[in-house]
Amino acid sequence: MGSNTPAVSMRNITKTFGTIVANDDVSLDIYKGEILSLLGENGSGKTTLMNMLSGIYFPDSGQISINGQPVTIASPREAFDHGIGMIHQHFKLVDVFTAAENIVLGLKEEGRLDLTRAGERIRKICDTYGFDVDPKQKIYNMSVSQKQTVEIVKVLYRGADILILDEPTAVLTPQETDKLFAVLRNMKKDGKTVVIITHKLHEVEAISDRVVVLRKGRYIGEMKTSETNAQEMTNMMVGREVALNIDRPAPVDPRPRIRVENLTVRSSDNVLKLDDVTFTAKAGEILGIAGISGCGQKELLEAIAGLQPVQSGSIRYINDDGTEENLVGKDPLKIADMGVSLSFVPEDRLGMGLVGSMDLTDNMMLRSFRSGKGIFTDRKTPRKLAEKVVEELEVNTPGVSTPVRRLSGGNVQKVLVGREIAASPTVLLSAYAVRGLDINSSYTIYELLNQQKKEGVAVVYVGEDLDVLLELCDRILVLCSGRVSGIVDGASADKNQVGMMMTRLGGGASDE
Amino acid sequence: MFDIVSFIPRAIMQGIPLLFGCTGETISEKSGSLNLGIPGVMYVGGICGVIGAFLYEQSAGGNVNGFLAVLIPLLACLIGSLLMGLLFSLLTITLRVNQNVVGLAMTTFGVGVGNFFGGSLIKLTGSDVPSIALSATSKYFSKGLPFGGSGAFSKMFLSYGFLAYVAVIIAFVTAYILKRTRVGLQLRAVGENPATADAAGINITKYKYLATCIGCMVAGLGGLYYVMDYASGVWSNDAFGDRGWLAIALVIFTLWRPNIAVFASFLFGGLYILYLFIPTGGDMAVKELYKMLPYLVTIIVLIFTGMRNKRENQPPESLGLPYFREDR
Repeated sequence: MGSNTPAVSMRNITKTFGTIVANDDVSLDIYKGEILSLLGENGSGKTTLMNMLSGIYFPDSGQISINGQPVTIASPREAFDHGIGMIHQHFKLVDVFTAAENIVLGLKEEGRLDLTRAGERIRKICDTYGFDVDPKQKIYNMSVSQKQTVEIVKVLYRGADILILDEPTAVLTPQETDKLFAVLRNMKKDGKTVVIITHKLHEVEAISDRVVVLRKGRYIGEMKTSETNAQEMTNMMVGREVALNIDRPAPVDPRPRIRVENLTVRSSDNVLKLDDVTFTAKAGEILGIAGISGCGQKELLEAIAGLQPVQSGSIRYINDDGTEENLVGKDPLKIADMGVSLSFVPEDRLGMGLVGSMDLTDNMMLRSFRSGKGIFTDRKTPRKLAEKVVEELEVNTPGVSTPVRRLSGGNVQKVLVGREIAASPTVLLSAYAVRGLDINSSYTIYELLNQQKKEGVAVVYVGEDLDVLLELCDRILVLCSGRVSGIVDGASADKNQVGMMMTRLGGGASDE
Repeated sequence: MFDIVSFIPRAIMQGIPLLFGCTGETISEKSGSLNLGIPGVMYVGGICGVIGAFLYEQSAGGNVNGFLAVLIPLLACLIGSLLMGLLFSLLTITLRVNQNVVGLAMTTFGVGVGNFFGGSLIKLTGSDVPSIALSATSKYFSKGLPFGGSGAFSKMFLSYGFLAYVAVIIAFVTAYILKRTRVGLQLRAVGENPATADAAGINITKYKYLATCIGCMVAGLGGLYYVMDYASGVWSNDAFGDRGWLAIALVIFTLWRPNIAVFASFLFGGLYILYLFIPTGGDMAVKELYKMLPYLVTIIVLIFTGMRNKRENQPPESLGLPYFREDR
């Protein structure tokens, strides 16, 4: 931050997509050797703005200057020439290539393609900043965090001085996040400039020197991180006062609703996904499930919903009168009729639950199409439901006849969760309901979950953000490679302890 | 007794058009373009060669120059198939029309064009049989290697026209380029994940256009080889048959590897003509059953490829999908 000329300076940038204004007259400076946070809700134009810096999009109007010189960045290659490299939220890696192949992809080096030499250079970069990458490993064999490392190395390999990271921590465990931040600090020491796009306030506070806030495509303001606080940043981001606490009403009369005993599940290629899992989900409480990705959360929810064949163990549904029914081996339709509702938000958001090219009404019908009379479907009820969901959850859509694919991620999730809740379930299984959502939408979803809890629904919440799990859930079941690492009390558990339990069985002490 | 010395050359000659088609389609598919128009392209390649040869033979009269007799049909064939490639590219890459629809339409179109011009030429020559013979030109196409003798080895490996060797060389060179060079790496990236390739600064449109057009030109040579060498310069409508579709099936069978395609195409060629070499007596029904072999093998192969799980053996990930950078 020593010099006075900004390394990058963006002036009056405007970008529109059709009728949507993604960025409106945004001006922004980035100084050499600093870590800058770009903060904003979903759809506030953070990514679009940075995409223009990395050559993916081209601004409609405005001027970008690098080290004081006006430049045009028409393509990603030109961005590299200016030393700008971006690590996208959805990794830009070719799955069937090795790390080295991905890293050299698109480079115009002299001579033949020499992957051995490239491998040596990659190792050198890794040693400098403390990464761990095997140049010969295929991408599809890598964990999310390894893939991200490859992305960062790729950018450094091209000699980038300015790194832009788009929500880098969205997919990482707390431990992996710490490791990433350590690497970013190393880079800063090395004189590199880092821009990190995020909507997580504690990360802004943990890593950045300066923070710039965008809202609805407009520049709102900037400040030194040391001189601001979470409340102020949130208010700027949302545009009004927002309470930052998640409600956790005390469970009213919790009764056991689902009892899972010794559940063991193997995937189709015979990999052990769940191993001897036992727990109880109670009506009127939120049971959180924590674990790193791929540790069996998905299989667990699917087993309860009847979508996943069970090898051994039992899943019992306990009726209000105390009678029990085994869900194992039951048809998913029957289980759904009993009031078990699954809303699973996969990474691509549309994969399960919603059909992207169908409109809101039709997507509502996916649940109710059987209830029509005769051979004709009933379109009126789902249409009303769609309108209700749009209104109550403040879904931002041109209308209920818009294909779901056209909505932004947060709105898609609201539609999905709204539909599942409308089925008035007795058990609500929700996975990653707030994945990629901004603060405002996330709180709407938490509010919805809490409402269900108050109405006596047994809510099972699989989440990625430990802070949220700890604030929202009454109890947290921690999974570690398919086994129960422990069940902790949401109010008294400690974040580090849960983090340890996620990576190591037992981790620390467990209660219950 | 099974006559291997005459079986092998027939199998290879049967396989060469498939090899051209398969290599061409592989190049195209590696860039993400699923060109189902290949049968049509090969057909057009064939008829363009025929037109070129016909016009040359007409104008040259009795004294046919060997060099021109090869060059003119070759150029005509390449230009014809290039035009087909450009049409496919324009529609699917620039205008982003569905590749399957365009491909199928192009196959119908190509066969139609071939039959139209084929029929016209046959009318022009006023021949009694529904075919046109260009034996003067064909002679140069089917000439074996100069140092070939008459032994069994020569018969099996040195007796083919130059296009057969060109097919094998193109296949191996393509395999090398795809696996070992920067261009190949980038081409594969375009077919696997164009957004990634784009972010890496690769010109997607250029790669897709070039790969599709070069692929079509290579496939078109298959049609030329078929008429000029395999069929000894005799063109009759629809004689080319379903070789184009077999070539596309071969792409899947060979896991998108042209070097494997060299052997696979010979295998298919062998299956194609096996019925001629297996003594069946006078039982025609059995012969017809043997004729089914290539198709049967194709179906079995498709079943097996469907069961395979290794990621490297899957089709290019974005095969058949259009790419538009600012698509949201």
